[in-house]
Amino acid sequence: MSDQSSKPVVPKRIQAVQMNGIVKRFPGVLAVDHVDFELNSGEVHALLGENGAGKSTLMKILYGLYNLDDGEIVINGNPTSMRSPNHAIQAGIGMIHQHFMLVPSLTVAENIALGMRSSRGMLLDLDVVSARIRELSELYGLEVQPEAPIWQLAVGEQQRVEILRALYREASLLILDEPTAVLTPQEVDDLFRILGQMRDDGHSLVFISHKLHEVLAISNRITVLRDGRLVDTIPADTATKQLLAQMMVGREVVMRYEHAARESGESRLKLDSVSALSNRGDLGLRQVTLDVRAGEIVGVAGVSGNGQHELAQVIAGLRPSAEGKVWLEGQDVTSSSPAKLNTLGLSHIPEERMLDGIVKDFSVAENLVLQDFARKPYAWGMFLRFGMIARKCKQYIREYEIKTPSHETPTKSLSGGNIQKLVLARELSRQPRVLIAAQPTRGVDIGATEYIHHRLLEARDSGTAILLISEDLDEILALADRIVVMYEGQIVGEVSREDADVGTLGLMMAGATVAKAPNISENVIK
Amino acid sequence: MLSDILTASVIASAIRLATPYIFAGMGETFGQRSGVLNLGVDGIMLLGAFAAYYAVLETGSLLFGVMAALATGMLMGLVMAFVSVTLQAEQGISGIGLYLFGLGLSDMLYQRLVGTPVHVDGFPRVDIPVLTDLPVLGEIFFNHNFLVYVAFASVPLSAFVLTRTTFGLKIRAVGQNPEAADAMGVNVARIRYFTVIIGGAFSGIAGASLSIALVNFFQGNLTAGKGFIAVALVYFGAWRPYWVMAGTLLFSTVDALQLQIKTLENALNLDIPNELAVMAPYVVTLVALIFASKGVEKPTALTKPFERGE
Repeated sequence: MSDQSSKPVVPKRIQAVQMNGIVKRFPGVLAVDHVDFELNSGEVHALLGENGAGKSTLMKILYGLYNLDDGEIVINGNPTSMRSPNHAIQAGIGMIHQHFMLVPSLTVAENIALGMRSSRGMLLDLDVVSARIRELSELYGLEVQPEAPIWQLAVGEQQRVEILRALYREASLLILDEPTAVLTPQEVDDLFRILGQMRDDGHSLVFISHKLHEVLAISNRITVLRDGRLVDTIPADTATKQLLAQMMVGREVVMRYEHAARESGESRLKLDSVSALSNRGDLGLRQVTLDVRAGEIVGVAGVSGNGQHELAQVIAGLRPSAEGKVWLEGQDVTSSSPAKLNTLGLSHIPEERMLDGIVKDFSVAENLVLQDFARKPYAWGMFLRFGMIARKCKQYIREYEIKTPSHETPTKSLSGGNIQKLVLARELSRQPRVLIAAQPTRGVDIGATEYIHHRLLEARDSGTAILLISEDLDEILALADRIVVMYEGQIVGEVSREDADVGTLGLMMAGATVAKAPNISENVIK
Repeated sequence: MLSDILTASVIASAIRLATPYIFAGMGETFGQRSGVLNLGVDGIMLLGAFAAYYAVLETGSLLFGVMAALATGMLMGLVMAFVSVTLQAEQGISGIGLYLFGLGLSDMLYQRLVGTPVHVDGFPRVDIPVLTDLPVLGEIFFNHNFLVYVAFASVPLSAFVLTRTTFGLKIRAVGQNPEAADAMGVNVARIRYFTVIIGGAFSGIAGASLSIALVNFFQGNLTAGKGFIAVALVYFGAWRPYWVMAGTLLFSTVDALQLQIKTLENALNLDIPNELAVMAPYVVTLVALIFASKGVEKPTALTKPFERGE
């Protein structure tokens, strides 16, 4: 490529960044505790840690979204203060947030022009912006239509817009906060290719993640944080999954589960071409037929927003079905109320645990008896039996390893992992016939994830029919007996545990209909 | 028969009556597009109306009248911006507070400084050579006071600013996703201050278009809730200047018709109770509002204060 056509990606502005002794306090929490971090031009530096370890906070300080309480940021040898994103942008820093920073009603070009100086003064120069976008997208193989409004784009495309915007702004340092969480495996490969190209062009990249294999695949150096503190920074080629997991959690982690093959029993939950509207008013769930048997875990894989949310809600009675029937142990429960489903033995671990799983301001005990407080043994007529509730709750807290000062602690002060254990305790202690587990370990630390997985497998072994909905393919592969893949509200394929591999599943998640045979290339219909 | 009802004079009167709504509606569109709901429009209109009226009464200068209305409106806008953006107060409540303040203050100032109803010489009708003399069209479009033309000119201007300028892009972004705008280096608070103060200036001139152009006097609660109708018209117009204008014309046409209820009754051979006729424009607005499209332009951050950091 000639010098003119491959022009300005100007990666020269930032050669080296040092963050020394960074401290950030939030009310009641020391989020970042004297952390050192260093980044050089032409490297991918991964920031690894569990949720709440301080990775995002540290990078938001670098991007000027948070002001630091102590420590200093040194760029190219000069101490620099980052009081607002504007300072960071001026210095050549870009950040791709976990929740994309795009305005849905605006077009790609408008989003990229936002906050930039226009070549026509006060008037917008969208044609100039669009032309440059096309140049950059060609240079990096990032396909995007400058005129398309954001709300029409899929998540993967929106991420491309974010990357293009950083390139457009000639950011020489790019921070990516959990960029792979919303992508299919193929899209992840694509992203890594682009990041590799950017690194070779001399960009510096910070890759925030908690997925070990991704961190190992892309980075030059890895910094591990735990509880806001720096554990260590090591070169990627000396790291192993096992070592990194240990650094993250602070103890040895066994990420392998006993998954004994097991005869599944009678059909417990049956869906017969069920459709439902999404919040946007279109058919979010289309003609889904599904059968979950006693003693098996059926995993529902798919990229976020492809109908999984609607599926869980329809079964749990939280969303009316537009057509089709839902059967629970032979009984027609289509559009039954959650209360009725409850008494019939359906349990639901909801996706949004803070909204649908618990009442934030209630105590741990109140949340634990949220369904059954009006029944024996917790109630005596119209009166609550606080002694009994306390006794039962203490038992659950012990049994499910919920870390809480007491059963009277407000639930919102617990960590995500412990809140999820609380929900799990409530739902599993009822010994449900059918369990819907939607994203059971999202935002949960490794330790709690491991625990929740074991509990789910235990429930399966004791005969519960489990529908596991997850965007984490590793989780599905570890737990499920059968895997169905959802795409645009439909089930586009089903594979058994033995036949499942990431490549095939990834293709299905991207919308390709794949026949059940193992050879992908010959069976791709669309 | 339609020509009996929608006569040239009714249409001309509808256009004139639309003036304060269009001014106030354009101003409110700016504020809402950036995420600030200002329910105090009517109060600002009242103060603007009084300021313009009093300035003209004292100095006889229409220019001073307009400037007094603009300055008053911008000052009130600044107050609203300070309360809702800097102090992050609940917007609905602070807007109502602002309305009550404007209602009370304008009446008190009028009682203290003027007291008895006096007419002022407001904006005269502008005679445009040739055009005004056109049959029918001349009466409908070219027989109005100066502020009517300014109001209608402000519609394409507002649309242009919102869709074609960097300032307009920032306004739209701030109203839909302030976090994103902030992350892109846009100063969210500054943009909202600008739009609310612009909205105040529009509201002030909306008041002036009543007191020194349409009716040429002042009295307590002169606006009679026109500012609230303007807020409703902004929703009805789905935050787009041209649609807001269309909604306003629908409303003001029904309003102009009910003013000529007697003629109407004769034309249609009907006996319509006066109370029903007076209600008509509001009922039409209410019904239209129910069916108004929500659209993708809706500023999703409307009424939500912005603070950096989760």
